[in-house]
Amino acid sequence: MPTSASMTIDNAVPIISLRGVNKTYAGGFQALKNVDLDIKRGEIFALLGPNGAGKTTLIGIVCGIVNASSGTVIADGHDTVRDYRAARATIGLVPQELHTDAFESVWATIAFSRGLFGKPPNPAHLEKVLRDLSLWDKRGVKIMTLSGGMKRRVLIAKALAHEPSILFLDEPSAGVDVDLRHDMWRMVRELRENGTTIILTTHYIEEAEDMADRIGVINKGELIVVEDKDVLMRKLGKKQLTLTLRQPMTSIPVGLSAWSLALRDDGDTLVYSFDSQEEETGIAELLRALGEHGIEFKDLRSSESSLEDIFVSLVHRPKGAMV
Amino acid sequence: MNIYGIRAIYRFEMARTFRTLAQSVAAPVLTTSLYFIVFGKAIGSRMGDIDSIAYGAFIIPGLVMLNLLNESISNASFGIYMPKWAGTIYELLSAPVSWVEVLFGYVGAAATKSVILGLLILSTARLFVPYEIAHPVWMIGFLLLTAVTFSLFGFIIGLWADSFQKLQVVPMLVVTPLTFLGGAFYSINMLPPLWQKITLFNPVVYLISGFRWSFYGVADVNVATSIAMTFGFLIICLTFVWWVFKTGYKIRS
Ligand SMILES: Nc1ncnc2c1ncn2[C@@H]1O[C@H](COP(=O)(O)OP(=O)(O)OP(=O)(O)O)[C@@H](O)[C@H]1O
Ligand SMILES: [Mg+2]
Repeated sequence: MPTSASMTIDNAVPIISLRGVNKTYAGGFQALKNVDLDIKRGEIFALLGPNGAGKTTLIGIVCGIVNASSGTVIADGHDTVRDYRAARATIGLVPQELHTDAFESVWATIAFSRGLFGKPPNPAHLEKVLRDLSLWDKRGVKIMTLSGGMKRRVLIAKALAHEPSILFLDEPSAGVDVDLRHDMWRMVRELRENGTTIILTTHYIEEAEDMADRIGVINKGELIVVEDKDVLMRKLGKKQLTLTLRQPMTSIPVGLSAWSLALRDDGDTLVYSFDSQEEETGIAELLRALGEHGIEFKDLRSSESSLEDIFVSLVHRPKGAMV
Repeated sequence: MNIYGIRAIYRFEMARTFRTLAQSVAAPVLTTSLYFIVFGKAIGSRMGDIDSIAYGAFIIPGLVMLNLLNESISNASFGIYMPKWAGTIYELLSAPVSWVEVLFGYVGAAATKSVILGLLILSTARLFVPYEIAHPVWMIGFLLLTAVTFSLFGFIIGLWADSFQKLQVVPMLVVTPLTFLGGAFYSINMLPPLWQKITLFNPVVYLISGFRWSFYGVADVNVATSIAMTFGFLIICLTFVWWVFKTGYKIRS
């Protein structure tokens, strides 16, 4: 049993650590630019970024599918190139594309995965994985007869067959129905509770908002933000006050230029955006000023920006702008 | 050594073989039977003995080699090409297996299959032609060595190929001509002097000659040379595969 002191030390050491990782593909395209990233032991880390940002490339480098052009990657204390055996044995990967062995049975393919990763047979574990993914009834069928969502489950089962302590999920929710998504996220939470570190990518930002402890945003090969989800939401989150006007307006009176206002819905609504971190929201003053200008409203609503809004603003932010 | 990993790959490949047992075994056995009927019986009865061996018996080692080469190359090249084509290679690349273990799995399975097939063809031949094996241990030795070497060669072709056409082009354009011209159906002593010299550049000549020696005790070229040449080719293939895995050539971007 590790003592509590060593536990703290263990938790402080990142389970995955990338330093100065660059990737230039054979055609000359630079897919990753000097990426430094630490993944904490036991966390759920969501890697977000638009299509072609370099998410799959980054995962490929950690897992051994892509050779980095430069830089180092340490996984669970092992260099992924020099000590690839030990590093890879701890990692499970669910790839983005549905690559499966069409003619194999579900059972055969997951037994294969377990063996390939150097683990002795353990039918009880494989059974549990299949049951958790509602695949147990399908264990004898050929993979080619399964639907797309079922194949995705098979890939998850393959990745879990060797009991990895790090799990990469590259867009696990693509093409997956609501039920499976719920099952999958329940399973991910369970795995995390048992100490598995999970790194996932998704284009459904609300999933990341739901699941992740920390968020990394990658754009055009550059890691632009890595932050605790809560901190990120607080720091970059905007609040909005939406006023439904009695009389539509064509332009915002000059006297209100002190507030960041925008007209929507052909002048029917007025939107005031403000920083959620500020002490003074400016709402009281705004409402008073509106009264002075004789602008009346029939409804008033305030909302907070979602991670999605934050994500969009980050990705479209001019290069070099500070967070 | 990742023994479980080797075993997983080997079993996967053997399962593929057994799934397609009918094609994998029936086709070569049938073709060979046809060869024996046509060359052994029909034409062979009009041919004189070569090195005092009946023609029907003389062609047996060559025919077995012909099949062994073709099967080894196609099994192994297909075995590694398929995961590349289907994308399932991601798992192999992300697994804690070394290139040696990958080779043991894929090449081992391909070689096993072609040795089984070789023995099947030998048994089939027995139905048509009586023959004896003078040096059974050497015979098995040649069989294994050739199966492993050419499975390795096939593995390289499978790594290199990026289309089904390329997968077939080397066996068709290189290996088939070399085996036919390698003395499967004749003794190279029957060739004009110049061609006897040229033919020595064909590696298959050494394989067939050595293999035939293990049956009948006669050879076109020195047996030691045969063995040395086969080992030489094996080492060339091994070096190449080692280099491929070291650099990630064509498998890791
Ligand atoms: N094998 C390759 N050869 C050349 N370029 C590649 C290769 N693989 C990826 N790229 C390029 O590298 C960039 C990053 O690709 P990557 O697959 O990592 O993006 P991603 O963030 O996973 O995108 P998506 O959200 O669409 O999955 C893209 O511009 C892509 O075209
Ligand atoms: Mg991707």
